[in-house]
Amino acid sequence: MAVRTLKIDDRELAVEAGTSILEAAQEAGIPIPRLCHLEGVTPVGACRLCLVEIEGLNKLLPACVTEVGEGMVIHTQTAKLQEYRRMTVELIFAEGNHICAICVANGDCELQDVAIQVGMDHSRFPYQFPDRGIDLSHPLFAIDHNRCILCTRCVRVCDEIEGAHVWDVAQRGPDCYIVSGLNQPWGEVEACTSCGKCVDACPTGAIFKKGSTTGEKHADTAKLEFLSTAREKHQWTR
Amino acid sequence: MELQTLQNIASNERARQKSVRIYCCTSTGCRAAAALEIIETLEGAIHQRHLQDQVEVVGVGCMGFCGRGPLVQVDPDNLLYQEVVPDQAASIIAALQGGEAQPQRGNVHHPFFTRQMPVVREYSGKIDPERIEEYIAVGGYQSLYRTIYEMTPAQVVEEISRSGLRGRGGGGYPTGLKWATVAKMPGGQKYVICNGDEGDPGAFMDRSILESDPHLVLEGMAIAGYAVGANHGYIYVRAEYPLAIDRLQKGIQQAKRYGLLGSQIFDSPFDFKIDIRIGAGAFVCGEETALIHSIEGGRGNPVPRPPYPAERGLYQCPTLINNVETLANITAIIRNGAAWYAGIGTETSKGTKIFALTGKICNNGLIEVPMGITLREIVEEMGGGVPGGEVKAIQTGGPSGGCIPKTLLDTPVDYDSLRQVGSIMGSGGMVVMDQSTSMVEIAQFYMDFCREETCGKCVPCRTGTVQLYALLTKLLERQATPADLAQLEALCAMVRDTSLCGLGQTAPNPVLSTLKYFREEYEALLVEPQYHPHPPGAANQPVSALGSVPDSMLEGA
Repeated sequence: MAVRTLKIDDRELAVEAGTSILEAAQEAGIPIPRLCHLEGVTPVGACRLCLVEIEGLNKLLPACVTEVGEGMVIHTQTAKLQEYRRMTVELIFAEGNHICAICVANGDCELQDVAIQVGMDHSRFPYQFPDRGIDLSHPLFAIDHNRCILCTRCVRVCDEIEGAHVWDVAQRGPDCYIVSGLNQPWGEVEACTSCGKCVDACPTGAIFKKGSTTGEKHADTAKLEFLSTAREKHQWTR
Repeated sequence: MELQTLQNIASNERARQKSVRIYCCTSTGCRAAAALEIIETLEGAIHQRHLQDQVEVVGVGCMGFCGRGPLVQVDPDNLLYQEVVPDQAASIIAALQGGEAQPQRGNVHHPFFTRQMPVVREYSGKIDPERIEEYIAVGGYQSLYRTIYEMTPAQVVEEISRSGLRGRGGGGYPTGLKWATVAKMPGGQKYVICNGDEGDPGAFMDRSILESDPHLVLEGMAIAGYAVGANHGYIYVRAEYPLAIDRLQKGIQQAKRYGLLGSQIFDSPFDFKIDIRIGAGAFVCGEETALIHSIEGGRGNPVPRPPYPAERGLYQCPTLINNVETLANITAIIRNGAAWYAGIGTETSKGTKIFALTGKICNNGLIEVPMGITLREIVEEMGGGVPGGEVKAIQTGGPSGGCIPKTLLDTPVDYDSLRQVGSIMGSGGMVVMDQSTSMVEIAQFYMDFCREETCGKCVPCRTGTVQLYALLTKLLERQATPADLAQLEALCAMVRDTSLCGLGQTAPNPVLSTLKYFREEYEALLVEPQYHPHPPGAANQPVSALGSVPDSMLEGA
């Protein structure tokens, strides 16, 4: 096993080669905000919250998909990064309709947590108030596209862990939405096994169990990591 | 096929060609202006005058002077006729026998032509792109033969490296280095991709190359395949270029028939096949990782690099991906040598570059100029300046580029100088603007383009461009305050620094460069913030998600 030594926020670390910066930071207990990252599925580097500064590089790199290198000196909390993260979260809030007070995930929402983590108490960007629709056709679950942040965690979980590939992304740019089946109502998609992994993967209240009301959603994201560890490493530990 | 056979095809073709050849441009632009009817009329007139043994009409590719099309050129007299209409075409044939030609004569001694240095476009407008024999007659596929039989792959890579060629898609990455990286990857399946997803507004260089001289690109790809050890190439062309696709298809078929593509090229062990993949209308697919996903049949989304395609690209195999114009330079480098190519241009930017000169300019069209020529020479001498006005700025590099003000017209055109003044070389779009152009509107136009074309994968590009567009619109509607301008600048920096791929990272460039040189235009649109005890629409303003008060209520308080 090859080992890489590096420095994150002035802390000397030795980690296994091939580890991502995010994993290395996690191991050392250094918090780096993230939204699209989910243990157990392929990282995509889309939310840009985990960007870090690496000395000697003029580009910010996403910690989730960047492997550690020998002698790297990494900063995760510079003023620039903090400001950019705050702006990113503001942009996400302004893009959808994130009204915590009436959301199923209120109190147990990763978007809310990240907002608190980066100190975003209000958005300096005007709200877009999109009208994106809600799909209630599934007997057990529902998706409220207005609360979707397009992290594609549901897409990856359904494809990589469940193997059903019910979800994907349709359209492009600001018109993007999570599409079920061949652009059918979720309830009509025969590939859906109703496993509920997308509910657990969703960082916000966009995908939820029917019948839950404000603050009643508690996503079990650890279950997904458990499943992939069990499958790949044959370790049944939680 | 042996070299002798190739040379026989060439000499047979030269013998077949009539002594007088009348070239008529059949590229998309001239075609839209009735070029095909002109060809018919010309052929009718030749038959009428019983000149078919001496005169032939050749439908050729782009001659460059697109703004004055349709163009007809008489060889060997070197007479150029411009803005030809079908009714007048017959008089061109009459003029061969002493009559008077009605169409307007073009001046082939104008700097627009004389300042050009055709390397890639050497035979554009002089050969029929739908007949491989014409390409072979001007020396086509001899470079491929030479590389296969006289050079090792490493020597080819070395030759390209020494030529100093840099990527013509806009990035300017050294081509030889890219080739060397792919060549050094362990053996096994490798691919060559030709990026023909040209999408910058106002740019049509790659379309012109593919329409005018498709074999130039095919041969360049085959040489690249030999150099890096790939046996399969893909040309990714956007669906909006049907004529280019058609001519590439014909070109591939003809080359296969002669054994110049496919298995055992020139009876050597080298195999190389080329397939065409047609884009589905997404600008972002010009980004290499998105393009690769698109070829694989997936959604055209970029992924973070590294790994670069040279290491892990198409179907996870090492992949060389080059722009059309880059690949079109290869045969000339092999034919004339790296030293010859390195002798053209500046210290860091070698060779020539094709620009699509458009906008408020007298002479619209395609020009191929040596690197290092100044913008002033291009715009004032070749382009003939602005009709009835004055140059205000020049936009290069499309939505990833910037606006260069007239005070910097003496900037030499090369990768580094353009970057220094806040723009980029880009793929070759060059839009000239005059005094009537509002630079804020230009910035808004490009931001609108990026907002429409972002794939939506990463947050800053998907929603940052929407907010930037909204801020620019607010400015133009004269509702923006100095605070909005500050926010515009802050958001530009954020989108530039945090976006996933080149599209987002460069999307703020048109705003940043116009802010740099034309800040007064932005400031002139600002209004003073007004204090409203009850701001208009405040009743409709929801309290933000986490329960605090929107900024608009705090302003001026």
